[in-house]
Amino acid sequence: MHIFKKIFGKKEVEGVKKIEIEPMTRLEGHGKIAIFLDDKGNVADAFYQIVEFRGYETFLRGMPIEEVPRTVSTICGVCRAIHHTASTKASDGVYGVEPTETAKKIRELFLNAHQVEDHCAILYALGLPDFVVGIEADPAERNLVGLVKKVGVDVGKTVLKKRFAAVKVLEMLGGKPIHPVAGLPGGWSKRVTEDERKEIESLAKEMVELGELTLQVFEDVILKNEKMLELVTADYYRVVVNYLGTVDDAGKVNYYDGWQVGIDTKGNEVFRFKGKDYLNHIAERVVPWSYVKMPYFKQLGWKGFVDGEGTSLYSVGPLARCNVGEMNTPKAKEAQDKMFDVLKERPIHYIMAYHWARAVELLNAAERVLELSQDPEITSPDVRAELGEVTGEGVGIVEAPRGTLIHHYKTDENGIVTDVNLIVATTHNHAPINIAIKKAAQHFIKEGKDINEKLLNYIEIAYRPYDICQACASHALPGRYPIEVTIYDSEGEIVKVLRNF
Amino acid sequence: MALKLAFLLIGGCGGCDMSVVDLSEKLVDALEHLEIVFWAPTVADVKYKDLEAMPDQSVDLGLIAGMVRNKENEHLVKVMRQKCKIIVAFGACASLGGIPGMANMHKKEELFENAYIKSPSTDNPDNVIPQPVSKEGEFELTLPEFLDSVKPVDAIIDVDYYVGGCPPHHDHVARIVEAVVTGNLPPKGSWLTNGKAVCDVCPRNPALKGETREYVSEVKRMHEGMPDEEKCLLNQGYLCLGPITQGDCGASCPKVNIRCAGCGGPIPPTWDFGLRAIGAIGAILADESVVDNLLNKYPVLAKILYRYALPKALIRK
Repeated sequence: MHIFKKIFGKKEVEGVKKIEIEPMTRLEGHGKIAIFLDDKGNVADAFYQIVEFRGYETFLRGMPIEEVPRTVSTICGVCRAIHHTASTKASDGVYGVEPTETAKKIRELFLNAHQVEDHCAILYALGLPDFVVGIEADPAERNLVGLVKKVGVDVGKTVLKKRFAAVKVLEMLGGKPIHPVAGLPGGWSKRVTEDERKEIESLAKEMVELGELTLQVFEDVILKNEKMLELVTADYYRVVVNYLGTVDDAGKVNYYDGWQVGIDTKGNEVFRFKGKDYLNHIAERVVPWSYVKMPYFKQLGWKGFVDGEGTSLYSVGPLARCNVGEMNTPKAKEAQDKMFDVLKERPIHYIMAYHWARAVELLNAAERVLELSQDPEITSPDVRAELGEVTGEGVGIVEAPRGTLIHHYKTDENGIVTDVNLIVATTHNHAPINIAIKKAAQHFIKEGKDINEKLLNYIEIAYRPYDICQACASHALPGRYPIEVTIYDSEGEIVKVLRNF
Repeated sequence: MALKLAFLLIGGCGGCDMSVVDLSEKLVDALEHLEIVFWAPTVADVKYKDLEAMPDQSVDLGLIAGMVRNKENEHLVKVMRQKCKIIVAFGACASLGGIPGMANMHKKEELFENAYIKSPSTDNPDNVIPQPVSKEGEFELTLPEFLDSVKPVDAIIDVDYYVGGCPPHHDHVARIVEAVVTGNLPPKGSWLTNGKAVCDVCPRNPALKGETREYVSEVKRMHEGMPDEEKCLLNQGYLCLGPITQGDCGASCPKVNIRCAGCGGPIPPTWDFGLRAIGAIGAILADESVVDNLLNKYPVLAKILYRYALPKALIRK
């Protein structure tokens, strides 16, 4: 008898009391993982579901396009500069305008400062603790506090202070430190004064130090520890998929603008696109069991949840970008090369390397903020280009910390929004995360034995590299990611329910 | 003795959590006076069941960020009320319903159809829409049902204090922490605010320069023209909501040449922000032709005036 029939049957018969004790009626607004076992007690399949939805595609309609960037930013307060920048770029398209060179540089500087802030928060609060404190450690210790205990309070304080350097830059340029307002079609609402430039330059130097420090922590706790290196290269944390990332004409990774390049599992370029052409290369499959869709490389067709050569699934984010292109600053390039030397493959398919790539990018973004702060053009008053005729359509694509972000708007002749399409980073990664979780579960669960709390650790560590932003993907809960795992036997009966919240 | 503090994020974006994190080193200092017993789900590794297990009224202060979007939000908000002596609706979503509250202007079916069927990148030959119960091969899966409307926190429980801002500025958060620690709190039901409008703290305010406010004879959208960097934005025709919005942000937006959109919340005693806004704007338009001009520029004016506050509006109640 199927468990759901049983549950719903019981609800009808026994009423409200049963609904209250049935976990799924109470547990909303977080990730759900359903694991199904076969008759031998091994994992038959696993499903990672995103359970919430807010409907930005619809309620942004009727708004003037230039009001959208400050509004759509609230998709996520953690990704504080990202949706603002992508939609501002889309608004350029709607007004048929190319922003001034200075405006482009300010936007790029702004986006890179966010990259520093976000990568730092994610690495120290979520990523590094798994390695530093240990894979099977108590979750109560596997966090920022546990990390600080291991690396020292001084390092902890220094990191906090240098991360805030990036926040200061975001506020200075964006107006508000979270949910910025300064992006306008054709440019940026304020210029950078010479005093501000000097301050940004000095803050950028702190950010570069933060990047170097972070790579040093990575080196000390992971690369010098054989056990950790084994974890990084473990088969059960290897997901072989295609990758998508953004590079400039010279093949260098650029977070603000460039070509979106798709590569296959061997590293061959499959396609490159800009703007609206995304529709020719990416499609999103709807599944009835998750509020978030499953994107895939369109030319390869939907092939389901399979990894390995020939799959049409792809990943985005720090590792994807490192696989696709070269870091555009010297220190970060050196760190990127080292990663490929140590892991001996490109593209790298070990998902733990996402954390490594994140540290490389932190340094890269910091170096880029410094470069831009020293660019003589950055203080030019020429921050707004004259607008053209309303074209009625605009696509803005940037690289968010978690990966490629696509904002697509249509408007009427007055620039009032009539259609919205958003593909966010965590959405691209939805299907690969599903596979990563299945592999971790398969590794842990053998013949139905030892299904206990430690399984949660293995699964958490499998999805954490992707830095799931559920706020972005489904608009629910960012940061620490609450998740419920339900394991069913081959009869559909619940074997165990595990939760980390 | 340290005050016990609980922080709960419900249906929001995490921006309010981040504004507390942005206290940065000040947060470390504040921890001498505050004991964080619960901060979920974003920061601390404390579980919902731990909150439920705490004795009633054992937490001194509970901050709730985000709006009520589903049944679990409702449940947790009620638990917070039970456990906390003081409840603060922290930020625009918790106080007023926030930006996602604009979804209340649309039917649920419309929200789904646009996201899962009509969007141009969607590959959905069978017009599948996510379902409470579905089948994937031999496996049956479930999803929680999406509810019809967004609510502010005080639609579910009594709220002692309100904080505006999307999110509140970290300097304002620092002031709130100080007020809480020193016990310097206003009467219950109040906003925690400096009591000033955005205009009061805006360097562009004509009153500060001995100038007068002028009637608006032409409404401009934000992308039109280049606003003078020092003059009042409203005087230049930009629909700045500074006069009716609480200015705990220090006029962040006008300082970068962008009009205030009202995230700070209405100045007391008004609760219905949009109603107050239309009254205020109506009073400064030069003549009736400017009304047409306004509606031409902003055909869906409700999404401009109620951007942060629709679920708290009196309409549809």
